[in-house]
Amino acid sequence: MFEIFASFGVALRLIGGADPELWAIVLLSLKLSLAAAVAGAAIGLPVGALIAVGRFPGRRALIVLLNALLGLPSVVVGLVVYLLLSRAGPLGSWGILFTPTAIVVAQTVLVVPIVAALARQATEDAWDEYREQLTSLGVSRLRAVPTVLWDTRFSLLTVVMAGFGRAASEVGAVMVVGGNIDGVTRVMTTAIALETSKGDLPLALGLGIVLIAVVLAINAGAYGIREWSARHHG
Amino acid sequence: MAERAPFLLEARDVSVVLGGVRALDGLSLTLEPGVRTVVLGPNGAGKSVLLRTLHGLIAPTSGTVSWHRPTRQAMVFQRPVMLRRSALANIRYALAVNGMAEPQRTQVASSALARVGLDRIAYRPARVLSGGEQQRLALARAWSLKPEILFLDEPTASLDPGATAEIERVIASIAAEGTRIVMTTHNLGQARRLADEIVFIHAGRITERTAADRFFDQPASSEAKLFLQGELPWK
Repeated sequence: MFEIFASFGVALRLIGGADPELWAIVLLSLKLSLAAAVAGAAIGLPVGALIAVGRFPGRRALIVLLNALLGLPSVVVGLVVYLLLSRAGPLGSWGILFTPTAIVVAQTVLVVPIVAALARQATEDAWDEYREQLTSLGVSRLRAVPTVLWDTRFSLLTVVMAGFGRAASEVGAVMVVGGNIDGVTRVMTTAIALETSKGDLPLALGLGIVLIAVVLAINAGAYGIREWSARHHG
Repeated sequence: MAERAPFLLEARDVSVVLGGVRALDGLSLTLEPGVRTVVLGPNGAGKSVLLRTLHGLIAPTSGTVSWHRPTRQAMVFQRPVMLRRSALANIRYALAVNGMAEPQRTQVASSALARVGLDRIAYRPARVLSGGEQQRLALARAWSLKPEILFLDEPTASLDPGATAEIERVIASIAAEGTRIVMTTHNLGQARRLADEIVFIHAGRITERTAADRFFDQPASSEAKLFLQGELPWK
């Protein structure tokens, strides 16, 4: 019991004392997760809205598939991305395995289904409300896609934040394709896993606290923006 | 047989089945330009479905809706649907979709807002406006498209008397400019004020089409008589 409190104290000193190793890992994590969230949003938001607004054969099957992909086992995603990027793989010539870019690729694959599935929900609700009016104005379904995306922008912010949270808290896939290389591809989650297994609890705990704080702060921010938008935009 | 007047729109033997319910039942109606038509009838008679079918939002299950020539049309709904942007931007959006470029787009949108007395709140988010203001904005948006025919589905059903009077004033002035008005209402006073003719429908069929000044005193069909007795029991 005493050890936990001691570790907790050291962890807080590491955070407060601006430990360079800790903050380098934090910064890299945030940078990669942000890149994955942006890439995931760029792909997932239009895909979600297209499914919400569109009418095409296989739409229902696509929705089922998308929802199934939410439960994608991340280690398997890591394995597939690893196989694609490995020297002998089809994308081996890119030479990005065990680089931060590989981490972003794996995280993006995990973020896209989440963003697309949640965006579909949000934009479909808007489309249900707008369909008659937009059709009456002469808006085509394709033209309606950017319209419903823009009109649900505050909800979609929360959606993208969920994607960011998924990316930031990912361990398995990131470990497999990044390799947890000190100073290169070591992020918060893989560092926590490593330090815990080495028995260096203060650093692991310190990173854990920062990780939780970051996720909390981002969700609080997204919540605040939604509240503000509900008051100001209805 | 007299030569037929040029018609705008002709519905022929139109039936619409929605969710297993026959909302329109072999209905035929020809609309000529320059008249204000109010569609009356009890709840569930098919008034809203009729307007949506004429406007093209609902495809007839059988029968045809044909336009004499390509005609600019617009519709105002009972509950206005506003996009999450300013009042002015809502109108600019409709104009942009219909191919109008800047700077004309903003000019036309601004004058449409002024037309309904909303120019002072052009930059307010549309969805936080009052119900009456949103419906005026919906009218301005429809009007900005310069429709030759304007469908209105109970445009004042959820508004207070002051807002209703304002909406009626705007509808009358749009009609005065030559836009063909086709509207439904539950407000018989409003029907008297705005209608040149009444189309009465019951169970998905037109039972009569009568000049407005005659309809309220001498409805031709027994269904309309019963309806008026129910709505105006003191008569």
